[in-house]
Amino acid sequence: MSTQPAIGQSISRLEGFEKVTGSAKYAGEYNVPDLLYGYVVNSTITKGEILNFNADAALALPGVIKVFYYGNRPSLAWFNMQYADMDAPPGTPFRPLQDAEIKYNGQPIALVVAESFELAKYAATLVKVDYKEETFTTDLIANQASARSPKVGLATALKPPPPKPVGDFEAAYDTAFAKASGKFIHGTEHHNPLELFATTTIYEGKGKVTIYDKTQGTVNCQLYVGNVFGLHFKDVRVISPYVGGAFGSGLRPQYQLFLSVMAALELKRAVRVTLDRTQMFSFGHRPPTTQFTRFAAAADGSLRAINHTAIAETSRFEDYTEVVVNWAHMLYPAKNTLMEYKLVPLDVFSPLDMRAPGGSTGLHAVESTMDALSYQLGIDPLEFRLINYAEKDESTGRPYSSKELRKCYEEGAARFGWSERLPQPRSMKRGNKLVGYGMATGIWEAMQLPARAKALINAEGKLEVSSAVTDIGTGTLTVMTQIAADTLGLAMDDVTFSYGDSKMAFAPIQGGSFTVATVGSAIKAAGLALAKKLFRKAKQMQNSPLGKAKFEDVEFRDGLIALKAQPKAVIALKDIVSANKGRAIQSTNFNLPKVMKLKNYSRAAHSAAFVEVEVDEELGVINVTRAVTAVAAGKIINPKTARSQILGGMVWSISKALREETITDHNFGKYMNQNLGEYHIPVHADIHELDVIFVEEKDDIVNELGSKGIGEIGLAAMPAAIANAIFHATGKRINRFPIHLDDLM
Amino acid sequence: MHNFRYKAATSVSDAVVEVNQSAEGQFVAGGTNVLDLMKYFVAKPEVLVDVNPLNSLPVVSEYKEGVRLSAFATNADTAYHPIIEKRYPLLSKAILAGASAQIRNMATNGGNLLQRTRCYYFYDVNTPCNKREPGTGCSAIRGYNRMMAIMGTSEHCIAVFPSDMCVALAALGAVVNTDGMQGKREIPFADFHRLPGDHPEKDNNLLAGELITGIDLPAEGFAEHYAYLKLRDRNSYAFALVSVAVVFRLDGDLISEARIALGGIAHKPWRVLDAELYLQGKSATVDHFAAAAEIILQGAKTFEFNSFKPELARRAIIRCCKMALSPDTQLPGAQPSA
Repeated sequence: MSTQPAIGQSISRLEGFEKVTGSAKYAGEYNVPDLLYGYVVNSTITKGEILNFNADAALALPGVIKVFYYGNRPSLAWFNMQYADMDAPPGTPFRPLQDAEIKYNGQPIALVVAESFELAKYAATLVKVDYKEETFTTDLIANQASARSPKVGLATALKPPPPKPVGDFEAAYDTAFAKASGKFIHGTEHHNPLELFATTTIYEGKGKVTIYDKTQGTVNCQLYVGNVFGLHFKDVRVISPYVGGAFGSGLRPQYQLFLSVMAALELKRAVRVTLDRTQMFSFGHRPPTTQFTRFAAAADGSLRAINHTAIAETSRFEDYTEVVVNWAHMLYPAKNTLMEYKLVPLDVFSPLDMRAPGGSTGLHAVESTMDALSYQLGIDPLEFRLINYAEKDESTGRPYSSKELRKCYEEGAARFGWSERLPQPRSMKRGNKLVGYGMATGIWEAMQLPARAKALINAEGKLEVSSAVTDIGTGTLTVMTQIAADTLGLAMDDVTFSYGDSKMAFAPIQGGSFTVATVGSAIKAAGLALAKKLFRKAKQMQNSPLGKAKFEDVEFRDGLIALKAQPKAVIALKDIVSANKGRAIQSTNFNLPKVMKLKNYSRAAHSAAFVEVEVDEELGVINVTRAVTAVAAGKIINPKTARSQILGGMVWSISKALREETITDHNFGKYMNQNLGEYHIPVHADIHELDVIFVEEKDDIVNELGSKGIGEIGLAAMPAAIANAIFHATGKRINRFPIHLDDLM
Repeated sequence: MHNFRYKAATSVSDAVVEVNQSAEGQFVAGGTNVLDLMKYFVAKPEVLVDVNPLNSLPVVSEYKEGVRLSAFATNADTAYHPIIEKRYPLLSKAILAGASAQIRNMATNGGNLLQRTRCYYFYDVNTPCNKREPGTGCSAIRGYNRMMAIMGTSEHCIAVFPSDMCVALAALGAVVNTDGMQGKREIPFADFHRLPGDHPEKDNNLLAGELITGIDLPAEGFAEHYAYLKLRDRNSYAFALVSVAVVFRLDGDLISEARIALGGIAHKPWRVLDAELYLQGKSATVDHFAAAAEIILQGAKTFEFNSFKPELARRAIIRCCKMALSPDTQLPGAQPSA
């Protein structure tokens, strides 16, 4: 092919100009004449009942149109199932404005609709609500004794329960040569994407709506709205062209979608509902989790026993689960294992997947326990991982479709200068600072779901590809365009990718690092099917130069089909369309993962993180001065956007280990630091040298592209590596995140 | 946000008259705090009197032996002013340790003195707070109080005054100039802010409708030996857990004058004159700094989540004293090695 393949090129985001110049329009920015604005009223109590709801003062303000609450909302779907979206955990989905019952602090209880946002927000303060308060509990640590096993449901398919115990853990642990154990405490975290959740619903008449929504799944929201409001799916169109970050918060339809659509249908007008930053703390979140580990090894360093237990928060109405305790045995062989995962239902909203859900939680415990054990054994932490390198997935016995973790260790350690590390804690110093080196391993499953994609060649001979998938800021538009371009050997400029619209070919929610594998593979399949169709049509043309050629005999390049053997025997794609009476030639394909082949393999991306910290010994101030993350994730479609993904994960790792926590006041059962001034994420001054390596990894099994997702793997290893570096610097093992300066005093 | 009237002041006396015509009148300058308070429905002024049009004075002017800062100048313009950098580098450092560049570009000197506490409960109108609504109780005492005070608290309030700039002004012994219905006043900095006592709703001793017009700095700027150390939960855009301003005048190895002020531990910038007197005439050693720290922190009272603060403050005082001896060579604790 003369056109250089687009896959593998570092290509800047195609929508970058629009985003940095502010011309990219987000869900809350679609203006139509006579648009109304909704502002949500949230419960100020944690549990109980609304006794009296009075909106008279709000309604008396000129410009306030209506105040919706449970007493005057329209009749809606009856059955719980109709409220269950694609990502709903087992249980009873929350229904906004369902009745007078208050299930959690911040629950939406009313929507004030007015002629301006400011007016609606002010009017909301005039709504008077009397409650009957009931006792509640929101404290995971105080309620761990009541932990129970999670319910099983549809969502369990993507979130397998812990593997069954192997061998006899207790006996093996008791008699082992070296042991390490830990209790790991993680608090609540909220996603806090920069873009606030917003929905603009345009009422199109006769039960038809067009919805601009901030979401990670246009089809998911379309089905939810159709089910809940009893609309035909074809009459519900959900558009989400740009998403200003989501990190999982948009996996489920959020309540502003429900309220916006409800108000638009009732008032028969366009209604926008935008949440404010405080309200961004009133729905899904990463659940607080307490973990216990006990690992044991023989004198030669080989692991003998692994026990990993997690107790996590969920709501009273849904059993949200994460994969927290399944990782250790995927990474390390041991003959005796015992993994448990339990839930404590509390008076909070249901937790929700947040970047590297479960992995960033569980791997902290696994990798910091491994670190502690390496010191017990007097073996270098990296050497200890190599001694226990799993050639196959020990938890299932299946081989990995590919696993170049060893290269991650080697290349990461070399780039970082791991060999400079002095083994003893507190042995490295720089001025008045203690210096510590720490490392950890990361793993994230490489999943693939079914999806459709449409590909067509237009009259100009250009390729148009489309999918309902969103681009949550990861570079989906760019990499899908690259994948599509290569299917027909076209230049990027000759390809357009349309997305973020439920009207387009079906795509599942965008999460779990499975979008490239899922939608990218569907595009590749659609492109291939289109190529074959074009080839057939080309052969049928009068005087076709392709003669009796088979599909294998031709190549697609520069907008042409050419005989490989006779490069001058070509036919232009646009001429094929002309011969088709100018009608575009298209193919829509439903692409399924090759389940029969895949079930024999475990599939995962791997990583190794290396971290240097400086700790001011007297004051406890911690800085991550250098970090390297080496990633094995199969074929990297776009090294530039991929590097951004890993860098984002590394910054988040610093956040997770040292900064980020939603503070709950259990006296009130509510979150207290509900703004970005007090919810600490890293600032520029917290970020120093970060380096990313992608190691070569060939994988012909994982999917059609040989590519594994990279959205989450950057956050898998590094939080533990930071904690391990702090131990190396100070000799103090702090297992509670975030680690603050007073922990080290 | 509720509806309010806006009035641009034409003169200091006009501003004072306008604000006093309403029981719920309030001045606005940079708006970096008052607008937040209005969005949270903590502040509900009936009229906002904009004093930005009064910003015609020089940022810094020579005054007596010292200088006068315009109350209406921005924190950024003050911190980067050549006279401040040269004669009062402590003030420059303290201002730049606060907030973010964007906020410092808006916030004014007068407004800095009047910012409200960042106590979570003060901002949440659905929780009791004596500062916001006297008599409702203090949620922070039994709540999440990591950021809260350890000195000078009362059973009604344990909030902290959040300013960095004011810690330096306290150490330098600034004087606050005001104008109001009762005429002009000069308030020594130590008497400007209050402890919560029985009236935590009052942050300071300004009279109703009184306007800050300037801040005077005395001749001695301690430009040879000074340091500002701020310890916080991230390296920028976070309020102090503990901050310390130290200035010395040295006579050979002996301290002829010491000033130590702390932020993040009380309802006002915290200075203990006994500790400064203790250091006078003593050699500049860690032992003496430690003894001064003991004096400063006597009577510290901690709460569930801030029990680390006295020890952190003790260490911070010692470190900051060491930094002040040679400001050019000491790295602040919050910075990584160069």
